[in-house]
Amino acid sequence: MSDRPERSELDGTPVGRRVVLGLIGLGALGVVTGSTIQQGLSRALAPVQLRDPTGLSQYLPIGDTFRYYSVAGAVESQDAATYRLAVSGLVNTPTTYTLADLHALPQVAITEDFHCVTGWSVEDVPWTGVRLSHLLDLASPTPEAVAIRFRSFDGVYTENMTLAQARDDVLVALTMYGEPVTDAHGGPVRIYAAPMYGYKSTKWLSEIELTDSNIPGYWEERGYPLDGIIGE
Amino acid sequence: MSIARFTAVERAVHWAVAVLMMVCILTALVLYNGSLALLVGHRHAVVTVHEWSGIALPVPMLLGALSAAYRLDVRRLNRFTEADWAWLRSKDRRSGRIRVGKFNAGQKLNASLSVGATLVLLGTGTIMWFTGLVRLSWRTGATLIHDWSALALGLLVLGHVVYALRDTEALRGMWSGRVSVQWASREHAAWADEVDPG
Repeated sequence: MSDRPERSELDGTPVGRRVVLGLIGLGALGVVTGSTIQQGLSRALAPVQLRDPTGLSQYLPIGDTFRYYSVAGAVESQDAATYRLAVSGLVNTPTTYTLADLHALPQVAITEDFHCVTGWSVEDVPWTGVRLSHLLDLASPTPEAVAIRFRSFDGVYTENMTLAQARDDVLVALTMYGEPVTDAHGGPVRIYAAPMYGYKSTKWLSEIELTDSNIPGYWEERGYPLDGIIGE
Repeated sequence: MSIARFTAVERAVHWAVAVLMMVCILTALVLYNGSLALLVGHRHAVVTVHEWSGIALPVPMLLGALSAAYRLDVRRLNRFTEADWAWLRSKDRRSGRIRVGKFNAGQKLNASLSVGATLVLLGTGTIMWFTGLVRLSWRTGATLIHDWSALALGLLVLGHVVYALRDTEALRGMWSGRVSVQWASREHAAWADEVDPG
């Protein structure tokens, strides 16, 4: 008699196992169909977020928002007075630009989806700035120059791309959504490399150094692909 | 009078998982919240701590499976009896009218939802960690599922902690391993009879 309660508890239906397997199944389905679900979700929830008086909905993981990545500690902000961009290395005309210098150069606009390599993305982000290839022409690379090493004034971040890649749709970006690039988004000046994942778009840009080899940057050293082309 | 509820192995597994879970949750907050992310920075260090504490999370549970007492309690958590369904449907769950076993249906659901969500987070996290594993649209899906599962599991953990703090005897059971007979007969009558038929 005394062992009956235990036996009856262990003889029940295995609901726990079904819940675990069910969640794994739903998770797998979500991974495969997730990018479609996400588009629907952000469309459905965007109006709610606009009218949400509590502000709580901004913390929902809708996916269609920028996430702020900084690999350094606190980044000291730079403004028009203090900001400098150096184009250096294997060039015939090394140059240092102020923010005003960059604004005085021809401006180009690109509107594209922003993709992070880990999977989140933001649709139709408008950028303007100076085409990187224009700055390269002004600096006149020497024949030995084959790649670029970008540096950030966060003191830690570096990025790389080949000169050929740099002459594609790559901006030294000064505005985003029609406003100066904010501190949080890597302002006042950052790279926007349209064909590539977000990690290739160096924030808080301080230096464009031309090099004789394609030196892996910060995330490339930590396992991300050297080229970082979206979809690869 | 007190009776034994959890063995030392079970308690060690519980608290090891609890510490790893808190590390995962705190680092997740920094990774996810923009203002916290900018305040803390050092993204690669935070990511590394998050990834490894996540990978380590199931290890105490796997080691616990070496203990017979742990395995028996896992089997109890897995099985739903008629009493469990009646307890879930009832409006007077806390009255003790329905005599449940060592775990009530809420605890059983908490256990299976936590394990399921943890496995989903492990899988999707691995996809986000090793970006070459699957194509971009699946990584987008993995990020979405990882975020929503994390939110759900975070709320579940929060609820678990709130219930534990409201029932200090239950908390004592997980801390010292023993609970009072009165508490056991009120909250888990069928189990109390089983371990202490007198």
